Amino acid sequence: MSIVVKKLEKSFENQKVLRGIDLEIQDGETVVLIGSSGSGKSTFLRCLNLLNVPDKGQIFIDGQEITNPKTNLNKLRAKVGMVFQSFNLFENLNIIENIKLAPRKVLHLSNKQAEKEAIELLKRVGLGNKAYDYPKNLSGGQKQRVAIARALAMHPEVILFDEPTSALDPEMVGEVLEVIKNLAKDHSRTMVIVTHEMSFAREVGTRLIFLDKGKIIEDGEPHQVMNHPTTERAARFFQNIKN
Amino acid sequence: MKFLEVIFGNGRWIYFWHGLEVTIVLTILALFFGFLLGVLISMLRTSSVKFCQKIANLYVTIIRGTPLLVQLLIMYYVIFAEYRTMPKIIVAAVAFSLNSGAYISEIIRGGIESVSSGQKEAARSLGLSEFYTQLYIVMPQALKNSLPSLIGEGISLFKETSIVGWIGLGDIMRGADDIRSLTATAFESLVAAAIIYLVITLIFTRIMSKVEKRLA
Repeated sequence: MSIVVKKLEKSFENQKVLRGIDLEIQDGETVVLIGSSGSGKSTFLRCLNLLNVPDKGQIFIDGQEITNPKTNLNKLRAKVGMVFQSFNLFENLNIIENIKLAPRKVLHLSNKQAEKEAIELLKRVGLGNKAYDYPKNLSGGQKQRVAIARALAMHPEVILFDEPTSALDPEMVGEVLEVIKNLAKDHSRTMVIVTHEMSFAREVGTRLIFLDKGKIIEDGEPHQVMNHPTTERAARFFQNIKN
Repeated sequence: MKFLEVIFGNGRWIYFWHGLEVTIVLTILALFFGFLLGVLISMLRTSSVKFCQKIANLYVTIIRGTPLLVQLLIMYYVIFAEYRTMPKIIVAAVAFSLNSGAYISEIIRGGIESVSSGQKEAARSLGLSEFYTQLYIVMPQALKNSLPSLIGEGISLFKETSIVGWIGLGDIMRGADDIRSLTATAFESLVAAAIIYLVITLIFTRIMSKVEKRLA
């Protein structure tokens, strides 16, 4: 699904976080959002499924204006998956129930069908043997892979990743990035990824957006932007990261 | 033994036996309906609708700000004044449920607020409605978090029922009073009542700590 953003603005308690964002993302693109902390990239991502409600501007997903108050938010969110920095697995449910809940209650799948799909997804993220464990018994990397499987169970056409590896121990980052890379390969869904992992961004992204102080200051093919940024601010950022 | 003579002589223990039945039935009724009411009020208090919050707040403020005994007497002498055929245990159960509901709602509200916002966001991001999010994610975690305080409330409620003698209901405490006046001995009957309350409280605590361990 395509995403169109027009003049998006958002403030938190008098602090302007987003200062007019215009962006068009085509169906099947993998966009990586880069920027230093406080640049507004997570806020922007959270606006795309209205976990944060923008103050001004419009967002269209698949041509439908989601910033219109009449939009059915639950229907929209069913098609736009999200993976969080802190995983947010449902602590009161075991792994398979975590994955099955939304397909059963929102898509009205039968228990059997939901179970079958959940097992397949768990195998796909390499956790077929963890179906009946509880989240507290999993490592961070395993939790995040379950969270990805949970998002995929809704057959989303867009997936938003909010710093999916920032809360992980270094040795677990690889397993999560591997899963995301595999997802990006077939370009069957639009992906927007906020990340600090530069090599991953270069490898997986078809497009890199650089945010600074709530505005987009770079937008292009990842290698191009990283090697030849057009703004001094971005050049300094990539220089600091290399050192 | 004077103690045994006072309590068991002339079959006086039957006062305690009947009293025990009243106390336990009343506690169970009040806990059950108080719990339902508490869940409802806690949901109103944490809802996004201002009007619901205000109603729930007012209710909790009034109940917690006035003595339970006053509430019980108002229930019996004012609200149920015209319905003298109503069994007293029902009148008492209504008063205690309304009272306990306010306290339980505060306990559950604390439990709801202790559920991390990430849990709600994850549920909403999957397209689950506010209601389903509450039902399947927030409430189960909130109830588990509040279990220790709920057990405490159950114990308080059990002991607080000892004021129902005021409306002439024959509970454990009233049984002690009857034996006291029949035998003109205060020590034995009151200590016996204290022992009965203590033993039941200990049994209840023991059972609930097992339940708590299984849920952990």
